Amino acid sequence: MSIARPALAAIAALGTSLALACLAAPWILTLAGIDPTETDLLNRLAGPSAAHPLGTDDLGRDLLARLLDGGRVSIVVGLTAAVIAATIGSVLGVVAGYFGGRFDAVLMRFTDGVIALPLLAVLIVLAAIDLGKLGIPEEIARSPEAGLARIVVITAAFGWTTVARLVRAATLSLKTRDFVRAAIALGASPWRVMLVHILPNALSPILVATALALGEVIKFESVLSFLGLGIQPPTPSWGNMLTNAQELIWTAPHLALWPGLLILATVASCNILADALADRLSPRGGARPSS
Amino acid sequence: MLGYLVRRLIQAIAVLAAMSLVVYVLLGLMPGDPVDLMASGDPKMTPADMQRLRALHGVDRPILERYASWATAALQGDLGWSRSFRRPVLEIMAPRLANTLLLMGSALAVALGIGLPLGIWAAARRGRLADQAINLACFAGAATPTFWLALLLMMVFAVHLGWLPAGSLPPDGAGPLEVLRHMALPVATLALVEAGIYARHMRAAMIDALAQDYVRTARAKGASELRILLVHALRNAALPVTTVAALGFGGLFSGALVTETMFAWPGMGKLIYDSILTSDFNMALVTLLFATLVTLLANLLADLGYAALDPRIALDGSDGRDG
Repeated sequence: MSIARPALAAIAALGTSLALACLAAPWILTLAGIDPTETDLLNRLAGPSAAHPLGTDDLGRDLLARLLDGGRVSIVVGLTAAVIAATIGSVLGVVAGYFGGRFDAVLMRFTDGVIALPLLAVLIVLAAIDLGKLGIPEEIARSPEAGLARIVVITAAFGWTTVARLVRAATLSLKTRDFVRAAIALGASPWRVMLVHILPNALSPILVATALALGEVIKFESVLSFLGLGIQPPTPSWGNMLTNAQELIWTAPHLALWPGLLILATVASCNILADALADRLSPRGGARPSS
Repeated sequence: MLGYLVRRLIQAIAVLAAMSLVVYVLLGLMPGDPVDLMASGDPKMTPADMQRLRALHGVDRPILERYASWATAALQGDLGWSRSFRRPVLEIMAPRLANTLLLMGSALAVALGIGLPLGIWAAARRGRLADQAINLACFAGAATPTFWLALLLMMVFAVHLGWLPAGSLPPDGAGPLEVLRHMALPVATLALVEAGIYARHMRAAMIDALAQDYVRTARAKGASELRILLVHALRNAALPVTTVAALGFGGLFSGALVTETMFAWPGMGKLIYDSILTSDFNMALVTLLFATLVTLLANLLADLGYAALDPRIALDGSDGRDG
């Protein structure tokens, strides 16, 4: 698309520094001597001050520190899920495109089905299921790590279909190119052709789809956490920081502003990155998904 | 054409059937079962009573067996009772469906009303400041979490300014103006998020159309720029956007889940959410399947509409839609 290059660069720089600040949050906070979990009940819902640049929340915790810490959780969950989704999607897409046949038909019908799902509602069901009924021991099922893993697994489980479609389409066109046919003629095994000749050339749709998936995952994580079904307090995430904010819009509107703004900035950066990649990597922009 | 339609309908039914099994099993994995819920309302119930109740209602049978008996009943038109409303599922669903259609229809109309002109304007001023500003706004719109936008609108218009109620249906007998006031914020939430998508599609379609030979011919004839834009290009660019709108109508369903819940709008989205959270299994199952069905039909309509509007597209044989 045609956002001017300086504006694009500025947004990308903003997004990247935001992400880096969040990922480095533990060290930044230790250096600054701020504990995001420390409560100060005499100083609840305070406005901005020198000690708390963005004010404090309903338990007197520093909002800026919690935003950074929560951002780390949101971004790590998003990145993990996006990478898993991209890997699954690439493998299934290239195999379906290369071999075609029944596997391809089943995969495509499956992705058709996933597109028709009321996705958010299905994610809510998945977020609510009792891991104990799947035979996972109670203490593991209730640990905070299991909560994070659950979000990663369910968002990745639905995020791979776009990647698979794009990689399949790229494979179909690459399969007929001379260098691939030459490799086959020279006796390369199908797996070698897919791994060495096709996947590296399908990298641009994979990257574009991964960037888009990252934005989607962060959005889904935030809404699930907001509804109280995703990342559970006391672990902060941008989504669950907004849960309390809804009850406090009368007394502390600043609590509702910042987490949402950061979600917006991160997701927008991902989408703009995907768009710029699509423009840059494919001169005709052919591999870009339509939305 | 007929063959294509039949094939697509069979596919849709297959997806729906698969979906019903998956959702049935998933809902079975949610915490508690119907007998636990009965027991929680009756402290005098003993474990032996619960065992008997489980056997009586068949909750102790394997899940596939239970699914089979549910599916048999559903195929005969018996979709079961809602646990929390104590009424047949369909009876509860019907008024909710009307509320959702009202909300979604208005949101779609507003979104198209904002998005299409913006998209046309951006295409006409391609690369200029207006185009870039619209583009940036579209990116921001696509990245905005719906629940946060709802929160902001509520904060500004309902809490601080006090101009509008924070959603919910007005009491029975309120005038149409009162209903409109209650609809304003949820409709604005849905429409603002959707408008950006339509603007982007409209812009892309217009830019494609403006590059065609017939536009050059029109220019050579001396047609005014406005006429070229609104008559020659728009008519051709409207085609892909129609499809996107049809797809969007299906998609508004899951977007409406959050919006309806936050604004306490008694529609399908809120019903889905509430029934999942209160373990109203029958209700959750039927509403989820219904939402899937709507999306499937919207997809089918989009494809049919595309073929009907564009004589160059043939749906029979190798339609190439897998590419």
